[in-house]
Amino acid sequence: MTAAASTTATKPARRGWAFLAPTILPGFGTAFGFTLAYLCLIVLIPLGHMALRAADVGWDRFWAITLAPRVLHAFFVSFGCALAAALINAVFGLVVAWVLVRYRFPGRRLIDAMVDLPFALPTSVAGIALTAIYAPNGWIGALAKAAGFKIAFTPLGIVIALVFVGMPFIVRTVEPVLQDLDAEVEEAAASLGATRWQTFTKVLLPTILPALITGVALAFARGVGEYGSVIFIAGNIPAVSEIVPLLIVARLEQYDYAGATVIATAMMGVSFLMLLGINFLQRWTRSRHAR
Amino acid sequence: MPAEPHSRRPAVGEGPMMRLALIGLAILFLAAFLALPLVAVFSQALAKGVGAFLKGLADPDALSAVRLTLTVAAIAVPLNLVFGVAASWAIAKFNFRGKSLLLALIDLPFSVSPVISGLVYVLLFGLHGSFGPWLRDHGVQIIFAVPGVVMATVFVTFPFVARELIPLMQEQGVEDEEAAIVLGASGWQTFRLVTLPNIRWGLLYGVLLCNARAMGEFGAVSVVSGHIRGKTNTMPLHVEILYNEYNFVAAFAVASLLALLALVTLAAKAALEWRFADQIAAAKR
Repeated sequence: MTAAASTTATKPARRGWAFLAPTILPGFGTAFGFTLAYLCLIVLIPLGHMALRAADVGWDRFWAITLAPRVLHAFFVSFGCALAAALINAVFGLVVAWVLVRYRFPGRRLIDAMVDLPFALPTSVAGIALTAIYAPNGWIGALAKAAGFKIAFTPLGIVIALVFVGMPFIVRTVEPVLQDLDAEVEEAAASLGATRWQTFTKVLLPTILPALITGVALAFARGVGEYGSVIFIAGNIPAVSEIVPLLIVARLEQYDYAGATVIATAMMGVSFLMLLGINFLQRWTRSRHAR
Repeated sequence: MPAEPHSRRPAVGEGPMMRLALIGLAILFLAAFLALPLVAVFSQALAKGVGAFLKGLADPDALSAVRLTLTVAAIAVPLNLVFGVAASWAIAKFNFRGKSLLLALIDLPFSVSPVISGLVYVLLFGLHGSFGPWLRDHGVQIIFAVPGVVMATVFVTFPFVARELIPLMQEQGVEDEEAAIVLGASGWQTFRLVTLPNIRWGLLYGVLLCNARAMGEFGAVSVVSGHIRGKTNTMPLHVEILYNEYNFVAAFAVASLLALLALVTLAAKAALEWRFADQIAAAKR
């Protein structure tokens, strides 16, 4: 998602509309044609087909399915837990990124490499591992039980799983911005009498904020759709800890294709709006930092 | 590097106590969320001793799950590798209209829930899907069979190689290739002798991430596979089945293999970033 710099040195020779800027390099037709065909076959046609199937259901039934109390509650759980996890990650992810960029200490490289573990670890493995830890008989679950509350098999368990899944998004989005921070700005703030906390909130945070928001949005979007790491720890109690993806799977297992399609399309619609938001945020970030 | 001056000038850095507190907080957070799950996987797998662990792995269903996982990755990764190279050649080396739209569409699978990635194929090829009756009449089974598992895996791993190569090839520009063409090289020679050596480490990096996801995908595959033991069960699905049967040692034994794969992937990734930092894309993700 880096800025796409203009790569060809040649300028269009003639004015007016041209699909392809003049070039001497061969292979555009083949590469572009293959890319487009593969994209259509694997992604666009199947997704478009799903939207058509949802449209077949008709408006009335679409809303009847989407607005059913159990489905609405699942939407509430999915989006609520994903938002909570993304905000928790915003705080701790920023601390992790800060520590990794600013400080040198033994084991820093190891920790840096481990941050990507949630990207590399299969979600079902993460799911059963987190459940083993946070179930009432697990290492941390037992502590919670002694303190009088439950983590696994409640929405709290879902938040835990989504914190795990979303953490690298925040760290990896914020890290490059922290690396690019100009030390002079901080020095200027300090020499003008700002306390360290003032420098952080008034000078550093506004610079980091766009990237932080982007990371939060990415983690949020991932969390909403997450399935594997959540279903084990969630307990999947209807109207308590049932997430939207699980509901889709349940409808499919009952051969209720219409129900599954409608719920999936509604979720895609919301995800699409979030994608637009992320793109907008990235553009805003970029324009603010254009030098 | 800002780190060095900071350690010498406390006026702009944090005090030693604050520094220690922040490092401690970060380590505590990562220990709870990263280290603990890993430790849990291996300790649960070995909870009943090495014998039970090995017995869980030697089970014929587990072995067939390993085989299927390797097969699916061996099909899905090369497909997305070819796509990634073609897409990045078209996008990075040429200027054309609608490029940013194409980039956004390539990223689409990242923002689709894994469950939906499976569902779209069920709606096409499942028994009640649009092509379902036709496929049944011709004796072709895609859903609840290996082809469906492959398709779902291709969908979720679709952007990985392209996402890594596009920024890298954009950074490298077109001068090298243009020189080769002007000097009389054919298109294929230019790609093989000029472009490929420039992008090989980035390519490997993308393949590494693509493969980890292909072998580990759960949600999408779970929807299309039908969970037929010994036939359409991949390793992540087999973990779920064993876990739901309360066969925890075997579940965690298979899970430990996947965790090992994740650790190897991370190590290789870190090695690539460390050794060839300038030859893989600046955008890590």
